[in-house]
Amino acid sequence: MIQFDDKGLAKVNEIISRYPDGKQKSALLPVLHLAQTTFGGWLDVPVMDYVASLLKIEPIEVYEVASFYSMYNLKPVGKYMFEVCQTGPCMLNGSDDIVAYIKEKLNINVGETTADGLFTLKVVECLGACGYAPMMQLGKTYREHLTKEKVDAIIAECRSKAN
Amino acid sequence: MAKKLLLEKAHVPGIRYYDTYRREGGYRSVEKTLKMPPADIVEEVKKSGLRGRGGAGFPTGMKWSFISKPEGVPRHLVCNADESEPGTFKDRYLMEFIPHLLIEGMIVSSFALGSNTSYIYIRGEYDWITDILEEAIAEAKKNNWLGKNIQGSGFDCEIYVQRGAGAYICGEETALIESLEGKRGNPRIKPPFPAVKGLWERPTVVNNVETLAAVVPIINNGAEAYAAIGVGKSTGTKLISACGNINKPGVYEIDMTISVEEFIYSDEYCGGIPNGKRLKACIPGGSSVPIVPANLLLTTAKGEKRLMNYESLSDGGFATGTMMGSGGFIVLDEDQCIVKHTYTLARFYRHESCGQCSPCREGTGWMEKILKNIEEGRGQMSDIDLLWDIQRRIEGNTICPLGDAAAWPVAAAIRHFRDEFEWHVKNPELCRTRNYGLAHYADPIHVPVTA
Ligand SMILES: Cc1cc2nc3c(=O)[nH]c(=O)nc-3n(C[C@H](O)[C@H](O)[C@H](O)COP(=O)(O)O)c2cc1C
Ligand code: SF4
Ligand code: FES
Repeated sequence: MIQFDDKGLAKVNEIISRYPDGKQKSALLPVLHLAQTTFGGWLDVPVMDYVASLLKIEPIEVYEVASFYSMYNLKPVGKYMFEVCQTGPCMLNGSDDIVAYIKEKLNINVGETTADGLFTLKVVECLGACGYAPMMQLGKTYREHLTKEKVDAIIAECRSKAN
Repeated sequence: MAKKLLLEKAHVPGIRYYDTYRREGGYRSVEKTLKMPPADIVEEVKKSGLRGRGGAGFPTGMKWSFISKPEGVPRHLVCNADESEPGTFKDRYLMEFIPHLLIEGMIVSSFALGSNTSYIYIRGEYDWITDILEEAIAEAKKNNWLGKNIQGSGFDCEIYVQRGAGAYICGEETALIESLEGKRGNPRIKPPFPAVKGLWERPTVVNNVETLAAVVPIINNGAEAYAAIGVGKSTGTKLISACGNINKPGVYEIDMTISVEEFIYSDEYCGGIPNGKRLKACIPGGSSVPIVPANLLLTTAKGEKRLMNYESLSDGGFATGTMMGSGGFIVLDEDQCIVKHTYTLARFYRHESCGQCSPCREGTGWMEKILKNIEEGRGQMSDIDLLWDIQRRIEGNTICPLGDAAAWPVAAAIRHFRDEFEWHVKNPELCRTRNYGLAHYADPIHVPVTA
């Protein structure tokens, strides 16, 4: 059964309280973020329907938003998602090599997840870390000034955390 | 050493937290302004000459004076912390190191505009910075700089942080407002302007992080002192985020009198180009401003030294100049490929187009494909003209300026680097194994002498 626990529901209500009465739809983006982290890292249709019911809006209003923004995953993703920036400034500092190295190390292509469900590789556009390139986003953190050695260390770190 | 107004204290240990920030003189500007009539604060900001730091450079005081004040309708201040323009990472730096400066600036600005509930819209990927801001807000509230009856003044104010979810277009102010209302980030047709009908159809002012932070030194030191820094209409200091092929990438606070050459080569700033390589090109104001070759970057077409300010960077218009933009300074060394770099930017804009207008939706995708072909040695000479034609048809024909932002980099790349594009077409094999190089792009340009 898809449902926030009491703490989650309290958070949802706190978010709704940030907006004037009747404007609870404004809570949609933050509540979708919360739902995505709570319910397995992606937004399945029943999750989106649940969010619609919480905010008293139509499910379609949730779907159209969830599909517009790139941070919402509409399909399952690995436990650790490597989101490597590939835009100009990162490219100037070797992001292509980093993507190639990760592909080789994890034996997957861009957009794929490893068979054990641990890693997903994604390429993304500028994340506001251009001076610290090459870089990737990993969950809530940025990993910057990437080298092959650093990529190895990050993979090892994720593997040991997963065990 | 240039005078610092925003980052002077950014590296005082503990400045992220309230006690240190307050001990270092924080929140004085709030104390001062709560005793002033709001209209006087707007006047002060007008006199300072502060121009919006989000990219467009619109005078902030003037924008504030446009906000309509219908009886009984709440007004809102929204801080634009969406920061997604490639090359730009200055707001992040400010929020990460000295978050209370933004909160302080927002309280003063909220009071000036009469906003009792203000929002910070931050790009979703800056998740950890959201935590830093929320902590700073909680500290400010605990010390009654936010909440009800701030410092006994009778003014109530709350600030909330809203995370976006990965969409560059939400940096455009009307798309940002849509997003804050829980919708897709589709820009609105203007007018009505946000100052009349913005968030929930209420009068709204949207300002960049750096703009709102700059209000603090303006109030503390006075508008005249602020305006005395810099030259012409480029008053005060500007944060520049420097990246690409330089020795010291990072965020620098400059006063807008230094030359571009000094900024790139001096140890106080970028520290020159790594491995002794030569400068080929630069995009000085974030990915959407025109790229210029080394020779037009360091000097204007008139042969004058180019300075790091609004007027000097745009000297010569699009023919030979560029723009200050958001201050995202991207440096390309002699080994970089202009075609490939332009392709990545075209891909970026195609990815970020909201899809509402056909010139932008179709044109960005088309430009991306053609550039990819040329880059990979599958292009034809006619493609270069086609690219020129497409960008021209996008520019000025769309709802929001993202169309222009996508068109300008392509136009500038062809304008200044046409022979590099042609070289790709003529050398389909070779262009896959090596780049065109510096060619003549750093050579002195001939300045016609007029009698
Ligand atoms: C496509 C697009 C993206 C933008 N992104 C940002 C941004 O990330 N941050 C920002 O402050 N302004 C951005 N702007 C400019 C805003 O629309 C707006 O002009 C600015 O936030 C106003 O603040 P200011 O006057 O303080 O600069 C963007 C504009 C466009 C057209
Ligand atoms: S110009 Fe592009 S991003 Fe802007 S409204 Fe039109 S389609 Fe959307
Ligand atoms: S280009 Fe990669 S973070 Fe900006």
